[in-house]
Amino acid sequence: MPDYKELTAKQMADGVKAGKLSAVELAKEAINLAKTEGKAINAFITICEEKALKQAAAVDALAKKGTSSPSQPLAGVPVAIKDNISYTDYATTCASHILDGYIPPYDATCVKNLIDAGAIIIGKTNMDEFAMGSSNENSFYGPVKNPVNHELVPGGSSGGSTAAVAQKIVPIAFGSETGGSVRQPAALCGVFGLKPTYGGISRYGLVAFASSTDQIAPLARTAEDIALAYQAAAGRDENDSTSVTFDHPVYSEKLATDKKFKIGIPKEYFAEGLDDEVKQTVEEAIKLLEKNGHTFKEISLPMTDRAIAVYYIITSAEASSNLARFDGVKYGLREAGDKDLTTMYSTTRDSGFGAEVKRRIMLGTYVLSAGYYEAYYRKASKVRELIRLDFEKAFNEVDLIISPTSPTAAFKLGEKIDDPLTMYLSDIYTASASLAGNPGISVPFGKTKDGLPIGVQFLAPWFNELSLFQISNILQKSAS
Amino acid sequence: MSEYDGYEPVIGLEIHAQLQTESKIFCGCKNAYGEPPNTLTCPVCLGLPGALPVLNKQAVEKAIKMILAVGGKVCNRSVFARKNYFYPDLPKGYQISQFDKPIGEGGEIFFSLEDGTKKSCRLTRIHIEEDAGKSLHPEKGESYTRVDLNRCGTPLIEIVSEPEMRSPEEAYGYFVKVKQILQYTKVCSGDMEKGHLRCDANISVRPVGQEEFGTRTEVKNMNSFKGVERAIKFEIQRQVKLLKSGGSVTQATLLWDESRQVAEAMRSKEESHDYRYFPEPDLVNLVVNDVWIENVRENMPELPDEKSERFIKDYQIRPYDAMVLTDTTSLADYYDEVMQYTKDGRTAANWVQSELLGVLKDSGDDISTFKVRPNMIADIVNKIESKEISGKMAKTVFAEMVESGKSADVIIKEKGLVQISDEKQLLAIIDSIISANTGNVDKYKSGKTNIFGFFVGQVMKETKGQANPEVVNRLLKQKLDG
Repeated sequence: MPDYKELTAKQMADGVKAGKLSAVELAKEAINLAKTEGKAINAFITICEEKALKQAAAVDALAKKGTSSPSQPLAGVPVAIKDNISYTDYATTCASHILDGYIPPYDATCVKNLIDAGAIIIGKTNMDEFAMGSSNENSFYGPVKNPVNHELVPGGSSGGSTAAVAQKIVPIAFGSETGGSVRQPAALCGVFGLKPTYGGISRYGLVAFASSTDQIAPLARTAEDIALAYQAAAGRDENDSTSVTFDHPVYSEKLATDKKFKIGIPKEYFAEGLDDEVKQTVEEAIKLLEKNGHTFKEISLPMTDRAIAVYYIITSAEASSNLARFDGVKYGLREAGDKDLTTMYSTTRDSGFGAEVKRRIMLGTYVLSAGYYEAYYRKASKVRELIRLDFEKAFNEVDLIISPTSPTAAFKLGEKIDDPLTMYLSDIYTASASLAGNPGISVPFGKTKDGLPIGVQFLAPWFNELSLFQISNILQKSAS
Repeated sequence: MSEYDGYEPVIGLEIHAQLQTESKIFCGCKNAYGEPPNTLTCPVCLGLPGALPVLNKQAVEKAIKMILAVGGKVCNRSVFARKNYFYPDLPKGYQISQFDKPIGEGGEIFFSLEDGTKKSCRLTRIHIEEDAGKSLHPEKGESYTRVDLNRCGTPLIEIVSEPEMRSPEEAYGYFVKVKQILQYTKVCSGDMEKGHLRCDANISVRPVGQEEFGTRTEVKNMNSFKGVERAIKFEIQRQVKLLKSGGSVTQATLLWDESRQVAEAMRSKEESHDYRYFPEPDLVNLVVNDVWIENVRENMPELPDEKSERFIKDYQIRPYDAMVLTDTTSLADYYDEVMQYTKDGRTAANWVQSELLGVLKDSGDDISTFKVRPNMIADIVNKIESKEISGKMAKTVFAEMVESGKSADVIIKEKGLVQISDEKQLLAIIDSIISANTGNVDKYKSGKTNIFGFFVGQVMKETKGQANPEVVNRLLKQKLDG
């Protein structure tokens, strides 16, 4: 077998379908890496060895009969999924104590789609508890370390999935986005991270944090692989009323293009708080793309400075309701079960949830309470609509928007954990698109002088993932 | 008004009706009653992490039907909202309901009191929501409450009235009429015992003549129609007594205890909810276009009032009889079918109401499958009309029908139940009776006319009850008076 770690998902799938690579061998290698290198960075909560090897054997069997192509575009590709995506027979913990012992009796639609595409689910990855966080330090199972430097955070909340791809344990992983939870760690670890259009990938089986912005989101090391990953997972699902019917093109076939994009530079995204090195790197990307014939134009997204406030009001409100079901009655942790109901509730939830989750439940409960609803939730909903209109207006002028993904490169473990407001600013360039539902991608481009990865973000109109894959491919090719 | 010591009650009802759909409102689980606990469940209605609701079209259709049946407005766009509260039988920690944008607005219920007085009450709204599960509280010797989630996600509509009712009797009349419409439209079974239909009452009192409403309380937990009336009456009297003694009513939720006939306040902790409603992000707005609404309207069955008017007009029956006969669709359908075989609407109405319903009440049989079919009742009616049998004979025939299920003709033949109307034959009998009872004839002629019945009795005895009483009366009178 060629060097596993240097294979792309595309190469693996082609090799497996041609009978040149064994899905079982690939899965074994991935599992071995997950147990060794993955353990060193604490990327996984659960390794799904038994089912993975069975799935891989089934894919090999199909390949032998020659029936797998082309319906299995991810034939034999080891894939990791974030531990808030339901997968039968294995615990889904959301990195929370409160889900102790919970094993979902059903598969997320996304998981079904991936298995249909031939992917091998090798493990469930570590994350910030209930996807709340930007550093992956809010995990009951301990923080994930950045593969580039173990002293640093990988970003979050999809830190485990991102680190698993950056560490080359798997070529593709799925995380989830609510306000930047895939794009931001992708930037901090130096991989590609796509936040699909809201409704692109079914949320059925994704444990909800904030239903109106949650999206399952792929990570990969090449533009082509991330396109393949999205293609396999996406599509309208009868089980998710908010999933959208859309005639997806075959992205990988349309990746190479001569198209010259008109790209907007939102001035608000290059203002105070942006690290100099990150800023310079994004400017270099702009220069490089200009050289290739793409044009740039300064635009304005005036609501940008409201986005973080709106984001934390809306998502916390939804979270306070979504997390109400974790009450000790039906599954997961139960404390003080011999006491009265209210004591059981409060003891269970006090012991089961971490500090950040509690903070957001309290914030969300507050903004929905009688007397505060109008001032907070209702007003935030109105501003959210203005944010959406900002993007709609911008995309009348340009094809894409470019910006930094994160205001800084990876920071030290523990550096921001006691300062939630500073931590929340990690999502400043990603939260707006999440609120508006637009797709965005973080492309690894350049490094700081300390050798830390930097991410360049592109945003697109609804369901224009194709342009995101194309521009990613262009930037990736011109950088190398 | 003196009934409540110078106070006037103000009553509004909130009626929850379970919709008769094949499956639950947000998942494919069967919508059924009486199955073993927790067997009609799936990740969606169990509220498992990651599961999502998908709206059942049939539930929406039933809601539209009810809104149209009460003359309300079906909103083209309505919004689902989450009502948040913690309870073990509410597995998601919130109920999916509708809040500020319900599917139905307005409408009016027209109903009658038991004395026939006509009343009406307007509706505020009708909205769609899901039912919660059931908590089975500990029996003696048990220390845990058990939870049955079969009912979770059963589709409901909540029908909210304006506070326009002024007596427990009105509330009863209104509630019964709502039930009747629900049953006619097959929106809900109307079965209170199974909890398919539930009713909460908002009650306040105010001095007669005062515009402003008094402080209201909410009474829950009634499990029969008369129970609703009784609970409201109890609560009105409680409030009046309180005010009369110089006290004041505090806003509270009370639970009706049917066995003790009292309503008592819940612990304040249980009722102080801030439901933190907000739009349900897992569902898109409910859009109902006019084509859909018209389609439902076109397929609307005949409603109770329409049926009642038709009966009065086509079958020439009294309004009271029409009201009784249209009480349920099965009874109305039965009577309608009887009328396919006879022209005598009134006699048929009497027979269905007194004889048939009497028997059904005793036997507990279901009218739609009862062995005495509508054409058999019509036979009896027709034979009375044509004087083939007397009213008394008809009762014998009916009793035998109930017993054996045989047709009227067979029974008449077997029992020899033929009415003698032939005047010659009867005159011969009358003559022989008169000549055999000259003493009584003299008494009659001297003015003791009440002895007339004696002669009728003799004729009947002689003819084994088969003589046509009308003819006998006429002939006897001619003979004795002539």
